[in-house]
Amino acid sequence: MSTASGILSRNDLSALFDALAARGLEVIGPTVSEGAIVLAPLDGPDALPAGWTDVQAPGAYRLHPRDDGALFGHTTPVGGWKRFLHPPTVRLFQAATTADGFTITEGAPPPPRQAFLGVRACDLTAITRLDAVFQGNPFTDPIYAGRRAGAFIIAVTCAQAGPMCFCASMDSGPDLRAPYDVALTEILESDHRFLLEAGSAEGAALLADLPLTPATDRDTAARDRQITQAADQTRALPPGTAERLGRMLDHAHWNAVAARCLSCGNCTMSCPTCFCATVEDSSSLDGATAERHRVWDSCFSLDFSYIHGGSVRESGASRYRQWMTHKLSSWHDQFGTSGCVGCGRCITWCPVGIDITEEAATFAAVDAARHPVEA
Amino acid sequence: MTADLMLPRAFRITKVRRELADTFTLVLAPDDDGPVPPFQPGQFNMLYVPGVGEVPISISGDPAQPETLIHTTRAVGAVTKAMWSLKAGQSIGVRGPFGSSWPVEAALGDDVVIVAGGIGLAPLRPLIHAVMARRAEFGKVLILYGARTPDDILFDKQVRDWRGRFDLSVHVTVDRATGTWSGNVGVVTKLIKRGGFDPHHTTAYVCGPEVMMRYAADALVAKGVASTNIWLSMERNMKCAIGFCGHCQWGGRFVCKDGPVFNHAAVADLLPLTDF
Repeated sequence: MSTASGILSRNDLSALFDALAARGLEVIGPTVSEGAIVLAPLDGPDALPAGWTDVQAPGAYRLHPRDDGALFGHTTPVGGWKRFLHPPTVRLFQAATTADGFTITEGAPPPPRQAFLGVRACDLTAITRLDAVFQGNPFTDPIYAGRRAGAFIIAVTCAQAGPMCFCASMDSGPDLRAPYDVALTEILESDHRFLLEAGSAEGAALLADLPLTPATDRDTAARDRQITQAADQTRALPPGTAERLGRMLDHAHWNAVAARCLSCGNCTMSCPTCFCATVEDSSSLDGATAERHRVWDSCFSLDFSYIHGGSVRESGASRYRQWMTHKLSSWHDQFGTSGCVGCGRCITWCPVGIDITEEAATFAAVDAARHPVEA
Repeated sequence: MTADLMLPRAFRITKVRRELADTFTLVLAPDDDGPVPPFQPGQFNMLYVPGVGEVPISISGDPAQPETLIHTTRAVGAVTKAMWSLKAGQSIGVRGPFGSSWPVEAALGDDVVIVAGGIGLAPLRPLIHAVMARRAEFGKVLILYGARTPDDILFDKQVRDWRGRFDLSVHVTVDRATGTWSGNVGVVTKLIKRGGFDPHHTTAYVCGPEVMMRYAADALVAKGVASTNIWLSMERNMKCAIGFCGHCQWGGRFVCKDGPVFNHAAVADLLPLTDF
């Protein structure tokens, strides 16, 4: 662990990209695409969403210009980092078929080495949630582990919470709660600059290659002020939700949520920790080769729980219950933490604006009415 | 680099047995002539038909002879129907074995009650082999088997052999009597109610359709068997068998790695939930 830190001027930001490229790292970070801030490969600082911010609401997302030229002045980008660690589609293997059998000719492709630029606290915690799923529990997925081992993480300090944010109630932010290589704080004063702080030896080595000036108390105070501001959040998950949902599995309110839910799966796709996948098998037209791919899947589909004779979770209520109880309750049984990091994406990207915190609050209210605290 | 557990290994089909109108057994040996990993009774393999898909299938052979890898399954989906058409000499992919197993040791000194419904006899057969291999270490051993009709009795020759033994009680019931059937008619729970075992010193192993397992376990508990002495095997959609794909989740459990064999006491609250 290193305490190396320093100030990088906005005008020197390309030096950061150069230093990452020199290490053979492809830089992934926020950029504007199709009317949203998404995570994608970045050629250089010009690809960052300068002067843009996002306005999120249940079922709504809009970009708005801001006049300070901020590069990281937004909240959660569309999707999380999961697609770079657990790709939406990845080949598991390729087989050559013969008249009476097959041989495996290729496994999964080799993992890329990527730098994740601008990982927010909630998303940093989300990566540790995925680590628990894919690494050593008790099995390890070589596809995830290979990408994870190669990932260089540059976290970013959240300067403000969006209206969908509730990381403060999920023990996942707004301060950085998990290991990173470098933490970046964007300071928008008369001199637009970045406080860079190393969190690993590799991070410190990177900082040594940059044209930094010494950081002052004024810079670290700016960082702390941003974190304090970002902790001011309007949403929160009610305490006791994990245990409560676990004993309300047969409650009628699931049907009320299901009456609104379209079972579209947007929440699962946008969630930074939803990890479910299916496999797709294909063969070439001449039958000479067969391939198997792993593809993201959603517990909202009927196929997801299909076994001969039908789907286990036929009703929309049972599928919403599966998603929400897994995220907020049974994840604790499986991995010892919540599966939710409070990023709020599932609220924003739900086409009918179902709010997981509001539903959890409804269960809490129903439960309180059913089990009044004894005097 | 971590071993890639998602890569199937090619096995050659050495024998195909048509068991019932829709049920068949494949006997497999590795293409590469390497060793076959040992398995515990109740564990399963992922069987892969190139270009078609992969399904979890319990091992139905004798755990003392793991080199003869045996699977018995019904042709009910795309993959198992493709398997049905395979012949001896062709290859399929195998990954495994995976999952928890029937705890044979848990029954030492106890009466053993094995309750099977339909194809549920297949995952229990390795357990029956394991129990009979050390028969003297258990009390009474009962096999209670329910099938739809007399024509649906799986491993019928073996069931007849078991019935002929003096150290094993085998009771078969059918939902619907056809032909010359003169045996029991009705659900398998009726056979449990009849008793013939010491409920306070009994370990029970149950496998069949989920609703059958639920009522069989209830009947065993009603008889006085402790819930903690009852074991059952769950079935869910599985794509990976190692806890990554998420399909087999059952509450906080992954059926693939925490199961498929569960202690009844640990899951009794989940069994009555519909669509769960």
